[in-house]
Amino acid sequence: MTALLEVKNLTKAFVGLVAVNDVSFSLQAGRITALIGPNGAGKTTCFNLVAGALRPTAGQVLFEGRSLEREPPEAVCRMGIARTFQIVRPMKDMSVLENAMVGAFSWTTNVREARDKAHESLENVGLAGKANARTDQLTLPDRKMLEMAKALSTRPKLLLLDEVMAGLRPTEAARVVGVLHRLVEGGLTILLVEHVMRIVMEVASTVVVLHHGAKIAEGKPSEVVADPAVLESYLGAGFHA
Amino acid sequence: MQRTSDQASDTKRWGAGALVFAALAVVGGMSNAYVISLLTIVLLFTFMGQSWNLMLGIGGQLSIGHALFVGIGAYAVAILNIKYGITPWIGLLLGAVIAGFVGAVLAWLSFRFEVRGIYFALLTIAAAEFARIMFGGWDYAGGMQGLFYQAPSGAMDLGMLRGDARFYYFVALALAAIGVAGTELISRSYWGYVWRAMRDDDEAARALGVRTFRHKVLVVSISAATAAVGGGVLGLVQGAIFPDSIMGMAISVDVLIGPVVGGLGTAFGPLVGSMAAIPLHHAMGALGDALGLPGLNSVAYGAVLILVVWFLPDGIWPSMVRLYGAVQLPARGRIPQLRKVEE
Ligand SMILES: Nc1ncnc2c1ncn2[C@@H]1O[C@H](COP(=O)(O)OP(=O)(O)OP(=O)(O)O)[C@@H](O)[C@H]1O
Ligand SMILES: [Mg+2]
Repeated sequence: MTALLEVKNLTKAFVGLVAVNDVSFSLQAGRITALIGPNGAGKTTCFNLVAGALRPTAGQVLFEGRSLEREPPEAVCRMGIARTFQIVRPMKDMSVLENAMVGAFSWTTNVREARDKAHESLENVGLAGKANARTDQLTLPDRKMLEMAKALSTRPKLLLLDEVMAGLRPTEAARVVGVLHRLVEGGLTILLVEHVMRIVMEVASTVVVLHHGAKIAEGKPSEVVADPAVLESYLGAGFHA
Repeated sequence: MQRTSDQASDTKRWGAGALVFAALAVVGGMSNAYVISLLTIVLLFTFMGQSWNLMLGIGGQLSIGHALFVGIGAYAVAILNIKYGITPWIGLLLGAVIAGFVGAVLAWLSFRFEVRGIYFALLTIAAAEFARIMFGGWDYAGGMQGLFYQAPSGAMDLGMLRGDARFYYFVALALAAIGVAGTELISRSYWGYVWRAMRDDDEAARALGVRTFRHKVLVVSISAATAAVGGGVLGLVQGAIFPDSIMGMAISVDVLIGPVVGGLGTAFGPLVGSMAAIPLHHAMGALGDALGLPGLNSVAYGAVLILVVWFLPDGIWPSMVRLYGAVQLPARGRIPQLRKVEE
């Protein structure tokens, strides 16, 4: 199995704080990998580094063998990496459908094609019925789903999902988990930040655990939850399995 | 299902537009000279307002120095025509190309060095003022004395864009119609979608693969080029151009008052806004002269702006649409740039 994405010794220092500290991991193509860790562990910062939104202080990000650290976010997206924002960022004065169309314009200039793709993405995340709504009419869980639809419209090879299932009711979350499985069967690779361990256990083939910016464990979900270092990091922050 | 209702409202919108312009054509056939000349100015500023609207209302980039581009267009037409007898059609084309280039360079330099939002807007004023002073000292272009067109012989000449007041009314009407239709078409095109995305959230748009840098340069450049076309015709209509009037701050304000009053980011807003604001400006100007209060028109302008921003923050047109629920808007227009600057 080849690695689609390789993160090598990635480090990001903010003033007075190293948010990501010498982290290395790789993502196998066609799998779901979960990135977990207590609040402030550096997960979102990791996403920002991979997606080109932040420049690393040190280290490398290789996607299909190509180095990404100097690429701007739009170029990273066009190479095939799409991300969602943990704090949702809908285009406020565009409809739900129009929001979902934007990503399609990274590979087509045809409006009809973009609209078809947007309908498909909304269908995937369960927002098909709200295509004509304004984004401020959506509930927060729906806005998270819109983030995901926007990202899917770019036709990514790798999808970075930052807590998209937060706030979903269990039945809804189960439906989204089904969608993730289907996307992966279709060849997509996913890196998922998720706090609900039950979901992580269910979908991830590999789990990477961050704590205070450093990687403290990596392995199968069942191994990782049994790891004393992981338990300890979570107990300090209030473990909610 | 959704698509058919989209098409229905599309048809309605285009139909409404066609009706409005047909009515304006009838008005042009009937009205007296004063109304014709006033409406000509209204329609020209509708067109230039559309160009400005494209940049802020759709592209999210604020300019308060559009007089720069208007002036470039006016000078290109005037210099070629007055000095060399070349048809204004060539002048309009050349003016658009030069203004488009100047706009692109201005945008490229500012955005390259992270001069954005209100700071970019300040830069546009600075550039316009610089150009105004430069043209004032440029003897070849008439200096402060300006350039005068020959009085029209009266006969209509489409090839040389010469004719009577009614002729220019219809030229302005055609431009305004092109502006409204063009805004509508662009807003529903690939460019419209990615421009509105970057207007609403630059970072999120980039994460979705939108190359916002080049699109910002593009939208400024297109806005500049179209404003120059309006400026070229404005010069012809007025029969003379002077740097202080054609490149002055007042022109920049006149250009933006239509879309701001009428509704930002909408196709019809600039028409409605110009119809409301420019006649008021003229009436107050006349009243001010009569009363010996020369600043009255500016005060009236300021008052209209404040009232609209206060009571109808989306502009007159979107408020009318909401009242009658007749037409769906491509986007709710607000002032996105000002919101962004707050952060
Ligand atoms: N731009 C920034 N400047 C300074 N510090 C930052 C910045 N972004 C994040 N941090 C800090 O870096 C640390 C890691 O933040 P990050 O958002 O990556 O955590 P996280 O694992 O995503 O947490 P959560 O589960 O709460 O989302 C935190 O202490 C945060 O305050
Ligand atoms: Mg986070």
